[in-house]
Amino acid sequence: MNKTIRRIMRYANPYRKYLLLTVVLSFIGVSLSLLVPIFIGKAVDLAVPLTVPLSTNTRIDLAAILQVVIELSVVVVVSALFQWLQGLCINRLTFGTVKDLRSDLEAKLQTMPISYIDGNARGDLIARVVPDIEILSDGLLQGFAQLFSGLVTIVGTLAFMLTINIKIALLVVVLTPLSFVVAAQITKASHNAFVWQSELRGELSGLTEELVGGVNVVKAFAYEDRAIGRFEEINRKLGAAGQKATFFSSMSNPSTRFVNGLIYAAVGTFGALGAIGAMPWIGVMSVGNLASFLAYANQYTKPFNEISGVVTELQNALACAGRLFALIEAEPQSPEPADAAALTDVRGSITARDVSFSYTPDRKLIEHLELDIKPGQKVAIVGPTGCGKTTFINLLMRFYDVTGGSISVDGRDIREVTRNSLRGSFGMVLQDTILISGTIRDNIRMGKPDATDEEIIAAAKAAHAHSFIKRLPDRYDTVIGEDGGSLSQGQKQLLCISRIMLCLPPMLILDEATSSIDTRTELKIQDAFTTLMKGRTSFIVAHRLSTIRDADIILVMNNGSIIEQGRHEELLAKNGFYARLYNSQFAD
Amino acid sequence: MQKLLRFLKPYTRYIVLGPFFKLLEAVFELIVPVVMARIIDIGIANRDTRYIWHMSIVLVILGICGLGFALTCQYFASKCAFAYGTDLRSALFRHINTLSRTELDRLGTSTLINRITNDVTSSQQGVNMAIRLGTRAPFLVIGAIVMTLLIDWQLSLIFLIIAPILGVVLYCVLTRTIPMYTRNQQKLDVIARHTGESLDGVRVIRAFSKQQQETERFAQECADLEKSMIAAGRISAVLNPATFLIMNLGIATVLWFGGLQIDAGRLSQGDLTAFTNYMTQILLAGVQLANLIQILTKAQASSLRVADVLETHSTMQGGSAQVTDSREAICFDHVSFTYAGAPHPALENISFTLQKGQTLGIIGGTGSGKSTLAQLIMRGYDATEGTIRVFGQDVKSFDLDALNRAIGYVPQKALLFTGTIEENLRWADENAPKENLRRALEIAQASDFVDKLQYGMQTRLVQGGRNLSGGQKQRLTIARALSGSPEMLVLDDSMSALDYATDAALREQLHTRCQGMTKVVISQRATSLRDADLILVMEDGKCVGQGTHEELLKTCEVYHEIYATQNT
Repeated sequence: MNKTIRRIMRYANPYRKYLLLTVVLSFIGVSLSLLVPIFIGKAVDLAVPLTVPLSTNTRIDLAAILQVVIELSVVVVVSALFQWLQGLCINRLTFGTVKDLRSDLEAKLQTMPISYIDGNARGDLIARVVPDIEILSDGLLQGFAQLFSGLVTIVGTLAFMLTINIKIALLVVVLTPLSFVVAAQITKASHNAFVWQSELRGELSGLTEELVGGVNVVKAFAYEDRAIGRFEEINRKLGAAGQKATFFSSMSNPSTRFVNGLIYAAVGTFGALGAIGAMPWIGVMSVGNLASFLAYANQYTKPFNEISGVVTELQNALACAGRLFALIEAEPQSPEPADAAALTDVRGSITARDVSFSYTPDRKLIEHLELDIKPGQKVAIVGPTGCGKTTFINLLMRFYDVTGGSISVDGRDIREVTRNSLRGSFGMVLQDTILISGTIRDNIRMGKPDATDEEIIAAAKAAHAHSFIKRLPDRYDTVIGEDGGSLSQGQKQLLCISRIMLCLPPMLILDEATSSIDTRTELKIQDAFTTLMKGRTSFIVAHRLSTIRDADIILVMNNGSIIEQGRHEELLAKNGFYARLYNSQFAD
Repeated sequence: MQKLLRFLKPYTRYIVLGPFFKLLEAVFELIVPVVMARIIDIGIANRDTRYIWHMSIVLVILGICGLGFALTCQYFASKCAFAYGTDLRSALFRHINTLSRTELDRLGTSTLINRITNDVTSSQQGVNMAIRLGTRAPFLVIGAIVMTLLIDWQLSLIFLIIAPILGVVLYCVLTRTIPMYTRNQQKLDVIARHTGESLDGVRVIRAFSKQQQETERFAQECADLEKSMIAAGRISAVLNPATFLIMNLGIATVLWFGGLQIDAGRLSQGDLTAFTNYMTQILLAGVQLANLIQILTKAQASSLRVADVLETHSTMQGGSAQVTDSREAICFDHVSFTYAGAPHPALENISFTLQKGQTLGIIGGTGSGKSTLAQLIMRGYDATEGTIRVFGQDVKSFDLDALNRAIGYVPQKALLFTGTIEENLRWADENAPKENLRRALEIAQASDFVDKLQYGMQTRLVQGGRNLSGGQKQRLTIARALSGSPEMLVLDDSMSALDYATDAALREQLHTRCQGMTKVVISQRATSLRDADLILVMEDGKCVGQGTHEELLKTCEVYHEIYATQNT
């Protein structure tokens, strides 16, 4: 818990001038507000009828009271002003801290290994960037606000109380820890309920993300009732856990208030006894003194009440902050060596030496893979579904690192060059079409942000995307909605191909790049691809054997390993796995 | 929050009892200054030690009772809030499931998810705090005013002047901040959406080395959010100091006029102490009220967002008809369809008829309307013109669940859900016998790889089946549709990730083992549709040819061209 708080403070550090201002402002604002009871006490003391005979007109000193009232008013106005300024500073402090934290979290996601992103539920990661930070932000806002004014209030009231009567003040000091003990006990008891609640909250978010994200499939299967059933089961549990956590932690406020009530009673009793001199050791006290002492006792305990009042929020906030820092401090992808050079003037020879790889240690996938590809060669990867084609591409692009052996481009181990330059050397079109939100234009020029409109249109034309783009309401400026919005799978794929046509990288990876495109369009694109592939090393994953017949090397994969390599004719002559695959298509 | 009040109705007893106990606590709290005043006026004045001790015991008893009442109230508040939140969340989830695709397209899923998770929680928190504080603070204020009225009605007039001033301040802050909080929530939606996108698109982002831009774009959005949060915070920061200011100026006024009253012999010194104590109490309650109002403002903004979804009603109403046996499977009569807000129709003037057990093939270019046509058959959308009959009756006459059960649908994007393979297969029919599942796996060409998995059908799929390859996922989605033994099977280009051999074997199995099943097959491959009884050739939303493979080869130029390109 302390560690989490320290980490939060590290993020607050850039805003320390607001922190400092908050401290100063709250010191002045709160101190001034603490003068209020003194003025009240003074006024009450002044309101004692003078012991003059009833005949006189002015029995109490009204002028003196007026003086006190005016002083009081001035103090109040100034104090309110400082409190307001303090509020503004806390706003800046909290929202600035939260902004940095959120930006950092996102930046961190960009440096995490792909395996981390593949391995964590999407809903859970999003939950950290949005609701978790919101809860933390609420907690900080409350925390900062209460902390400083609380501290100043406690110290200040104590000081004033000491000046009025040391004995009773000490009595208060002795009784105070009671409040802490009670609150701490309750907090401890409710902690488990909070952990339970946050786990269930995560579970529910994951389920919601899945079922609402896939609501169209849910409806198509008339699965609604069962979806609702599953949802409600977790929801009910969450409700029960939340109720428990909230009730337990909300016990702390009445409890501290009870303890404070006891303190108040003690002050009143001993103060009164002191006033009548029944307890000589207490010392002498006026009624006015008692009045302001009581007011201080009230004020003194206020911070305890307030802090215990927001204890639910604070506990929640710290739990969420823990989740945030777990991500921020998670192991990022292996850093690039200091001398990593950019891969430039790529010719396109690729070698793999004894490469092995597995996603999980218990399930070996690729073993002893050997490969020699000369610049400009066209490499086709074929094999049944799930044979490891996509994995191979994950390795080439260094989305995953090999677990053994090495892969080199132009004789340089890909782990020794910068990731960006390696990936920039490949033009990749995947089966899963991914568009970013933004306009069609933004999407096409992803790999070449400074492309001119002419270049963009030329690329779109080469990818045969121009004809559908120009029918869109705002043509190249059409904004694409969530998940590609109303574009069809095929149209999205055409846009992805346009990207490649624009930036013309030295090597190509086409993973089922045309699977959702109709064959007539595909044939036209194929022409463009053929031109593009000239002199460029290219890897093609496809099921349509006809499109890869003229590859320089065909890699036939099965169960993670390359079982055959060679040209189409050679492989057919071998009459092995490839021949069977090919014939099954032909026999169709 | 008014719109969501009906969700609080079942918990009226908590809403009444919670505040009632809070009221009791507040009453006891109000008595404390009176007791203290008596200690001063009687105990000190008479120098009566016993009296002071007695009163101090009374104070302790008051405290214990107060504690008991407060805990009871907290209990009822948490009960009520969480029961309300749970109900509301369920209702929202249920409601989202009743919306048609038109509404879902319009709302977008990430905001819906945010509303189920964030906004409901915030609204629930509002209820909790409203019961806990919303009653206490006003009770204390009203109670204190009543007590002061009893002491000196003239002096208590000051309260009656202060209260409206405070009200005006609260009102001003409230009306300004609610729209701001709503805007902040919208910005959060955007951030959630972009985070989702950057997770989905992580490979593309890295392939194009866009991490820097993504990070910058994010930083920009966060800074934007920060600005608008500070703007909202700036206004709500006025609340506390303003309350403090008004109340303390009130105290100053009380002291002055109290002095005058004492001077006139109408008020005692102890009364004045009590008076200022009440004023302090009102001040504390006022600050609490101000904080509560901030929470409620946020809750209100969130509640509105929840209510907004609940008030969106499905534009599609189901009928009551059940699916009965009929010779005619599908009949489109001059059907046209335009997506909401789209300038051009996605489908124009489509007419055809298909008999039970036959296979309909749909082929055509990218974006030619193939999927839309399939969606209309399953009533994903309603035709804007013309009529559609399915299973011999108007598609609108069916009970929606009955219709969905009768049609096995395989979406273009292979989407599986967390759970075991078996649980996924049971989507169509929860009680399907094991043989049906096995049979479905066999037909879908999935039994081989499923059997090879260590836990077979009990293998758990990670979110969306991420631990499977594209082709494996597609085969499972086909098996999922088949396991409910539907009357009709709709394959929306769902074999694209399959190799030719698997594709052929699958079609062969569908043909021989699912004889009575009507099949609608969308495909890019002419060979996949060659045996279909009727093929529709789509281009730009129009049907440019229909017939069998042989007929189309002769009559339809587009089809001929497609076929030719695939067989060279």
